[in-house]
Amino acid sequence: MAENNILELNNVSFKYEKETVVKDVSMTIQEGQFFGLVGPNGSGKSTLIKLMLGLLKPTKGSIRLFGVPVRHFKHWEDIGFVSQKANSFNSGFPATVLEVVKTGLVSKTGLFRFYNKKDREKAMKALKTVEMEAYSDYNIGELSGGQQQRVFIARALVSEPEFLILDEPTVGVDAKHVADFYKLLRRLNREEGITLLMVSHDIGTITEHASHVVCMNKTIHFHGASHEYNAFSNDDLSQLYGHPVQQLTHNHGEAEYND
Amino acid sequence: MIESFLTYEFLQNAALAGIMIGFVAPLLGVFIVVRRLSLIADALSHITLTGIAASLLLEKRINAINEWNPVYMGMAFSVAGAVLIEKLRKVYKHYEELAIPIILSGGIGLGVILISLADGFNTDLFSYLFGSVTAVSRSNMLTVFIITILVAAIVLLFYKELFVLSFDEEHASVSGVNGKLIHLMFIVMVALVIASAMQIVGILLVSALMTLPVAAALRIAKSFKQTIGLSIFFGELSVIIGLITSYQLSVPPGGTIVVTAILILIMAITYRKVSTQFSLKGEAL
Repeated sequence: MAENNILELNNVSFKYEKETVVKDVSMTIQEGQFFGLVGPNGSGKSTLIKLMLGLLKPTKGSIRLFGVPVRHFKHWEDIGFVSQKANSFNSGFPATVLEVVKTGLVSKTGLFRFYNKKDREKAMKALKTVEMEAYSDYNIGELSGGQQQRVFIARALVSEPEFLILDEPTVGVDAKHVADFYKLLRRLNREEGITLLMVSHDIGTITEHASHVVCMNKTIHFHGASHEYNAFSNDDLSQLYGHPVQQLTHNHGEAEYND
Repeated sequence: MIESFLTYEFLQNAALAGIMIGFVAPLLGVFIVVRRLSLIADALSHITLTGIAASLLLEKRINAINEWNPVYMGMAFSVAGAVLIEKLRKVYKHYEELAIPIILSGGIGLGVILISLADGFNTDLFSYLFGSVTAVSRSNMLTVFIITILVAAIVLLFYKELFVLSFDEEHASVSGVNGKLIHLMFIVMVALVIASAMQIVGILLVSALMTLPVAAALRIAKSFKQTIGLSIFFGELSVIIGLITSYQLSVPPGGTIVVTAILILIMAITYRKVSTQFSLKGEAL
């Protein structure tokens, strides 16, 4: 097994009560890759993420993070997670942007220790990375959906993770900001060297930005480099989605699929 | 007023216990409110009554425990109720709030049977329901002191864990925070504070001291720390003004404390309204 494997899944299956949600999934993510995880609604993408993070236990198979079985994994500060639910928090919560970002340091700070001035600087630096440092004293509920999303990315970045997992982060963010958002992700991947895994149901856009793609519906249908994915035909996609699908590619670089 | 404060030990006990409760009840109240658990305080205060009733009955039947103070039994019931709520929340995963009415009505139902068996419908009971300035003994006051120190220390030491759990439980567990343990610790603290505060504010009104100052603070505060600071300030203000008027007018302190807290809340809501209108006008200019 290669040393620069960030994540390895080996024949992972998961059942919710009787229903199989994830079946025999094997995949590997290596350092520096930008992985897109795509599939239709209810295809088990979010469940797979929860399995990777140890929030759920697989019914079968093994999961390793940085070479360590997930149930023994301790260095959570190396992993940043931006949840799909991050945007549905209690928007009346009385916290400032800075207070929220600092919670990203909770695993690094240890029991009985308080956040200090250095932690504040780290939080400000993370806010700067996502271009939100001017909003540090704002109440989190006052910001727009796109701004909140950036704050949650800052929270994931503040512990300086090597691996960042994003679960449908562009849901509820308007189209104009989605492009900026991908620009930010590319910068994190190329300049900061952060390995990325992003869940999306927008196949076209993600394949354009990610270096690798995993396409799943309970089980994996495609796993490989994005450019190879382009050869993955419409017939395969239709099979994946269970109904006819056409992938449209436009000159301005945006791809869509429709019924 | 000051003269009687210096003369009567019971007034000193009530004032000191009141000041400690005015600090610690809103402190926990902030976490209770932001986690939308306000009703848990009600459920736990009602089961405290069951404990008090059980103690009164035992006292009547067994003379040997005459020296017991019912507050301690109330405390034990409240803590047991807190643990039971946590268990029930796991049984009804999709209806977590069901645990609250189960414990609340169960507590009152059992309580009223025990009180009747003890022939306990008297003035004593009235002071448990609405609080009293004379009920706090020196040893009770010291118990409140120990609980206050303990709770303040735990909240300080686990501040960042409590905060992250309140804001985003999923993120907390991804960060390796032991949510279950901290939540259990938290709810046991709530149970202890409710049983302590009950002596001053009364069972029926104890949850108000945990929620009303926080409700007022939420209208004004920008940050979480400010919310905590303002909640404690409003809590202390309510308790101090409430205790003084209670003594002057000879009415139960529960009533005067809660009415003061309500007045503060109204002022906070008005302040917010007026200040937003001003800032809107400012922008228009």
